[in-house]
Amino acid sequence: MDVRDRIAGLLASADPADQVGFLRARFEAGLAWVHFPEGLGGLGAPRDLQQVVEKELAHTPQPNIGLQAIGLGMAAPTILAFGTQEQKERFLRPLYTGEEIWCQLFSEPGAGSDLATLATRAVRDGDEWVVDGQKVWTSGAHHARWAILVTRTDPDVPKHRGMTYFVCDMSAPGVEVRPLRQITGEAEFNEVFLTGVRLSDDLRLGEVGDGWRVAQTTLMNERVAIGGTPGRRGGGMIGVVSDTWRSRPDLRTPELHQRLLKLWVESEVTRLSAVRLREQLAAGQPGPEGSGMKLSFAKLNQELTGLDLELRRDLGYDDWSFRRSEDVDMLGRGPGYRYLRAKGNSIEGGTSEILRNIVSERVLGLPSEPRIDKDVPWKDLPR
Amino acid sequence: MTTLLYTEVEEELRAAVRALLADRCPPSAVLKRVESPAPYDLDLWKTLSREIGVAGLLIPESYGGAGASASEVAVVLEELGRGAAPVPFFTSSVLATRAALDAGAADLLGRLASGDTTAALAVPFTATPYHRAADTVEASGTTLTGTVADVAGAEAADVLLVPAGGALYLVEAGHAEITTRPSLDLTRPVATVAFSGAAAARLGSCDVAEVLRFGAGLLASEQLGVAEWCLETTLAYVRERHQFARPIGSFQAIKHRLADLWLDVVRARAAARNAAADTSPLAVAVAQAWNAGVAVHVAEEAVQLHGGIGMTWEHPIHLYLKRAKATEIALGTPGDHRAALAELADLPG
Ligand SMILES: Cc1cc2nc3c(=O)[nH]c(=O)nc-3n(C[C@H](O)[C@H](O)[C@H](O)COP(=O)(O)OP(=O)(O)OC[C@H]3O[C@@H](n4cnc5c(N)ncnc54)[C@H](O)[C@@H]3O)c2cc1C
Repeated sequence: MDVRDRIAGLLASADPADQVGFLRARFEAGLAWVHFPEGLGGLGAPRDLQQVVEKELAHTPQPNIGLQAIGLGMAAPTILAFGTQEQKERFLRPLYTGEEIWCQLFSEPGAGSDLATLATRAVRDGDEWVVDGQKVWTSGAHHARWAILVTRTDPDVPKHRGMTYFVCDMSAPGVEVRPLRQITGEAEFNEVFLTGVRLSDDLRLGEVGDGWRVAQTTLMNERVAIGGTPGRRGGGMIGVVSDTWRSRPDLRTPELHQRLLKLWVESEVTRLSAVRLREQLAAGQPGPEGSGMKLSFAKLNQELTGLDLELRRDLGYDDWSFRRSEDVDMLGRGPGYRYLRAKGNSIEGGTSEILRNIVSERVLGLPSEPRIDKDVPWKDLPR
Repeated sequence: MTTLLYTEVEEELRAAVRALLADRCPPSAVLKRVESPAPYDLDLWKTLSREIGVAGLLIPESYGGAGASASEVAVVLEELGRGAAPVPFFTSSVLATRAALDAGAADLLGRLASGDTTAALAVPFTATPYHRAADTVEASGTTLTGTVADVAGAEAADVLLVPAGGALYLVEAGHAEITTRPSLDLTRPVATVAFSGAAAARLGSCDVAEVLRFGAGLLASEQLGVAEWCLETTLAYVRERHQFARPIGSFQAIKHRLADLWLDVVRARAAARNAAADTSPLAVAVAQAWNAGVAVHVAEEAVQLHGGIGMTWEHPIHLYLKRAKATEIALGTPGDHRAALAELADLPG
């Protein structure tokens, strides 16, 4: 059946007033992500066809991008690439419909940029694994039913080799989620303590010891998800600042004007690169440009939110209360919140320094710095 | 739908130009030429314009041209930028040709398309699309009198196209006094062009600002080519050059700078492609405001990251630095283009 017929069929049969029901029907129709296989929310079709679907279904219920970001952007492609058929059938549908929210248990107090040094242990016990350790900066753990989790299963081999990747049941005994208050006042992320958590072996994603390779798939998708979608010209964060500028002539100065125009140009050329990248993907010639998009957006977001605050000469703040946040609300909150939250853009999902390392080594082919940690068993690494 | 990608035809054209330049005008040859009495390589220009046929790209087939798009011209400019090639393509086949098209100069267009005639637009290379200075040349009947400073490509031209009083005039180069002066850009020197009662033919009316705007948009592609050469050459150097018993390209301070330059160039490519596909004032202003600065910045970083050799006359980087800095000033500085965006993007000062 042609994709347009499927769209018409979905629109004729599903009730848009029922969010979950509609998304379930969309998943069944293979219109969740057309490049996934049939039966798993897709049609085994080329990825660029998704643009048609998104356009036709723009007015219908959508997944909650904020709350479901980790599920949609990171867990789903990883499960598709490494999961068993049973795992795909169990997890993908409720992940898509938002009935089950996901979080990412990667970072630890001792392992951030150097994720591969992580210490959370998983020890095999018959058909189960027993997990002990601490994770940190876990966004949305307080909403999550499941997590993608990387653990150490073999401390006697060099760090990249001794890891194993799991789906973690966030409702299992021994999982404790504690809020961490952020510079914005609220608690978007958490620390997560894992104490004697038992996970059955069928929650393992990929082979034992192959966790690093599985995690790479997750991280590549994370960066594309953060940097990749081009908006309209003059929209997004530059649009927010431009609106302030237009509506408040009393705030204008020549110096601010120069900075605004420079950032307008930079926003536009960055947007054009994202458009070009998407054209490349659609034409089946993905370029290395993707690795750079997150870097560009982080820098722009930070400069623009800083300029907006300065332009408004706003000494207030909308809400410092320590509360659990639903999701990241860049446009609904005030300029002070935007300024502070944007600081995280160059840290979350790989810091800008680490991304520059990746661009210079993988895209530009420059040699890596001499390393002392590659061939040493994990347990013998200097700490 | 406009696309920011390169078509197959464009890639073929690029390959042809690149192969010719690799053969006939490697950096060493350009270096030698810039100090000779003939800074423009007219033999190379002949091959390029006639055999590869770049001279007639912008000219409709009805006048004997190729009727190609600005995007194809842009690819040629990228390659000429990569080679810092001393040929009058931009000045003759882009600026002067666009003016001749505007004036509807059928006969001249035929000669430009075949490559038999090379032209230069007698307007200072520093002129901008935004503030039109008063003409410095006056027409009286069929003669012209006056002086134009900083004309690019004049020495290589057979004919000069001169705006005066809203019209475009043609003057044979032999009827003008062309005085070259030492120029910042060795590969595209500027000259003072003087007319004293020079015999002139009126070609038609011409909107010079639009011609300059069109040129500025395409100049962004030349700037992209300059930046690409500088980035690639520097990458190759830092991989090879060893200090402290390692390639200098393994030092993070250097890797991060190159990663940032790469990001700038990626965006310059998108901006150049966009300005070639959509020659609107806004697209042109964005491309110039970004690419002019990127070309200069990448060239400056290339000098720095080469160390002492980067300061020598012998190494070709300086040709690119000079080209980059001169094109930053040409046809409006980045500041001029940003100022124009205040209106174009509705961000009033
Ligand atoms: C808002 C937010 C949400 C997050 N959500 C999640 C989540 O849901 N799940 C999750 O697992 N993690 C999450 N993180 C964690 C994030 O991935 C890490 O903070 C990040 O990878 C950096 O690790 P770190 O904090 O330990 O800093 P470090 O790695 O200690 O870095 C400190 C500084 O040193 C620099 N640095 C480190 N190594 C190098 C190097 N080789 N070269 C140059 N500079 C270097 C870094 O760039 C940084 O500036 C989140 C972070 C933030 C801010």
